Amino acid sequence: MKKRKLMLGNEAIAQGLVENGCAVATSYPGTPASEILPAMADLKNETGVPGHVQWAVNEKIAFEIAYAACISGLRSAVSMKQVGLNVASDPLMSAAYMGTKAGFVVVSADDPGPHSSQTEQDSRLMAMMANIPVYDPDSPAHAKELTATAYEVSEAFRIPVMLRPTTRVCHCRQDILPGDIHPASFKPDFEKDPTRWAATPKFRYQLHGELKDKLRSIAAYPKTAPQRLNPGPTFPKAVVVSGVSAACAKEILKDMNLWEVLPLYQVVQPFPLHDAFISHLTQAYESVLVIEETAPVIEMQIADRHRVKGKMTGDVPSVGELLPEKIQELIAGFSGMSIPDHPESKSGGRRPTLCAGCPHRASFFAIKKAVPRGIYTGDIGCYTLGINLGVVDTVLCMGAAVSQAAGFYHAYKNQPRRPDIVATIGDSTFFHAGIPALVDAVVQDVRFVLVILDNSTTAMTGNQPTPALGRGACGEQLPHVDIESLVRGCGIRFCRQVDPYRVDDMVELMKEATAWSRENGPAVIISKHPCLLDRSRPSGNESAPVEVSDVCDGCGYCVQSFECPALVLNQELGRVTIDPMVCSRCGVCVHVCPKHALVPKTE
Amino acid sequence: MDTITRQQLIISGVGGQGVLFVTRLLAETAIFKGLPVLTAETHGMAQRGGTVISHLKIGDFSSPMIRHGQADGMLALRAENIPLHEAFVKTGGWIAANSPVPCTCQRSVSMHGVDADTHATSLGSPKSANLILLGFTLGGFTTDKTPLFCTLEEIKAVLELRFSNRPKLFQETTNCLDAGYRPGN
Repeated sequence: MKKRKLMLGNEAIAQGLVENGCAVATSYPGTPASEILPAMADLKNETGVPGHVQWAVNEKIAFEIAYAACISGLRSAVSMKQVGLNVASDPLMSAAYMGTKAGFVVVSADDPGPHSSQTEQDSRLMAMMANIPVYDPDSPAHAKELTATAYEVSEAFRIPVMLRPTTRVCHCRQDILPGDIHPASFKPDFEKDPTRWAATPKFRYQLHGELKDKLRSIAAYPKTAPQRLNPGPTFPKAVVVSGVSAACAKEILKDMNLWEVLPLYQVVQPFPLHDAFISHLTQAYESVLVIEETAPVIEMQIADRHRVKGKMTGDVPSVGELLPEKIQELIAGFSGMSIPDHPESKSGGRRPTLCAGCPHRASFFAIKKAVPRGIYTGDIGCYTLGINLGVVDTVLCMGAAVSQAAGFYHAYKNQPRRPDIVATIGDSTFFHAGIPALVDAVVQDVRFVLVILDNSTTAMTGNQPTPALGRGACGEQLPHVDIESLVRGCGIRFCRQVDPYRVDDMVELMKEATAWSRENGPAVIISKHPCLLDRSRPSGNESAPVEVSDVCDGCGYCVQSFECPALVLNQELGRVTIDPMVCSRCGVCVHVCPKHALVPKTE
Repeated sequence: MDTITRQQLIISGVGGQGVLFVTRLLAETAIFKGLPVLTAETHGMAQRGGTVISHLKIGDFSSPMIRHGQADGMLALRAENIPLHEAFVKTGGWIAANSPVPCTCQRSVSMHGVDADTHATSLGSPKSANLILLGFTLGGFTTDKTPLFCTLEEIKAVLELRFSNRPKLFQETTNCLDAGYRPGN
């Protein structure tokens, strides 16, 4: 007999997809979606289902792989974070027109706030633009249930379906009863139909019409219609909620004794919104409050500006996460109740920083020392935190460090004095989006230095493997692609590798690369040292303990310019101390202090 | 003895302190006792040495997030977080703080401190302050009655299942819990 298990929302989604026969699962890491694929890999290792589970080089590729499996008649799924959906939006828009054979689920996890993203965009809007239905779970258990709904709707209407959890579903844990995973014999059967699967623009017009018909039917599909959660009350006002806001509202109404008073509707399919529901609301209620995250997707489909209150009317905040305190305030205001004053929340707390011993810290220190007055284009990963060291001026999106460096170069190239430009990018990000930009930089003769920060992992999202590692999501051995060969293959003529822990070597190499690039073209340095948190690597022999000698005068240079969390400036003592609980014994700070006050410990 | 079947707890600290470990352990203990549970956590960028907060709700709840003034108690792995997160604790609630010196807070709650970092270091496990603090709370502070919904025995039973093939880790973990349970000893 199965026991209830504590499951992360992402694990529950994975469990649901696999219980419903997902044969092919692909993904690219991104908070808050990263744990979905590893959970599917674990299930594959235990049960043989799914048949194929992989990290792809980026979300567009992940989508395309999974979609081909779908049109071969295998249930498939692709998962990513909301900004990853931007990368996959090209195949998404096209696939929606073409349709599906077996069920195809696109899991796109949103990050209201945002806590960990460049935007807090709403994937449900992307579903609207793509003309596909989207499901909005309120909890891990609900998300698991909706994977079954998603596959059902996808196959009934031959359309890709989106499942849209948010952080408070993905990274919430709940007790869940797992179901059975059935051994599968996946039988692919791709039926040629180039009119559809290779549709040319003329036929796309017809497909678009088909798509609109599908949506009309889905907007009348009984199983996914909005539900009234508390059938009792008759009242001239009603509240409509979806997702995490629904979970909060359920509790709040009960706590405020409004459960018997205020009608509460939960929408599970925010797009397309059921027509009958829209009519019902406008007939039955004088006033409707819509609470949803992050964009007013439900609200905008109830096209009655006088009756409906929400983000579009300014009644609900249109930016930021909707915290339960806020939802309570909104419901109280709407129902004419007062709520007791609650204590104000305080903002603040520690900002995130690179771990003690992180090789990126050493790289950034070397870059700043070698090129003190450059324009520094940065990218997305742990190394974005180079901003704390003053070595990241721009962060736009994945791979933009390279293209923005080129843009800055072209902006300044005809000026009498050109700034040095240094771009930093991680190894995983380089594979994801950096390669085409590097080709462009070679062709356009951009004079800049690209530093590829190679810690041999995708760190910020939880140490997922990269194409250079030769290891798959299920731990299997795979062929690998070498970064230096790739860089040279792009046409780069200056490409050298260095261990950033050897700070002085890296400073020299940076100076050499910068001087070379000014006259000759783009230069690349691969700064290579493994991530300290990566448990799959053999534990590094990081043991170069350091002590603070009496030479230290408390100038604070190391704390300002190196910013290692293990280095603490003690104002009272007038000197720096090393926190032994935090120090990783990397020994790099020995090379940082200009007065040589940080010395190797003699033990 | 009354069994607590409904409880809301905040666990607060900084990245790397094992806030998630404690949250998960308590959540699994709730399941062990047949209670429904929901937790909310901070992952990713927020966690790299930055402030971390978990919400833990045991009982018939639908939302994983605790509202201000609703938490029964808080485990504060970093005393400097108390001003930041004390608003979550209800009037008349409690805070268990990892601190070498007595702490105060603005709210009308009972404050209980233990120097978990020092205890953990003396046990040779400097990163286990989270377990010391949990043990301290399970020990009921200066009384015999823990404010938590579970007992030390129940926590240990869950750990035994989790570490069933890692006896050394199980021993280390329970040593830290025991040390926190009666810090005078």
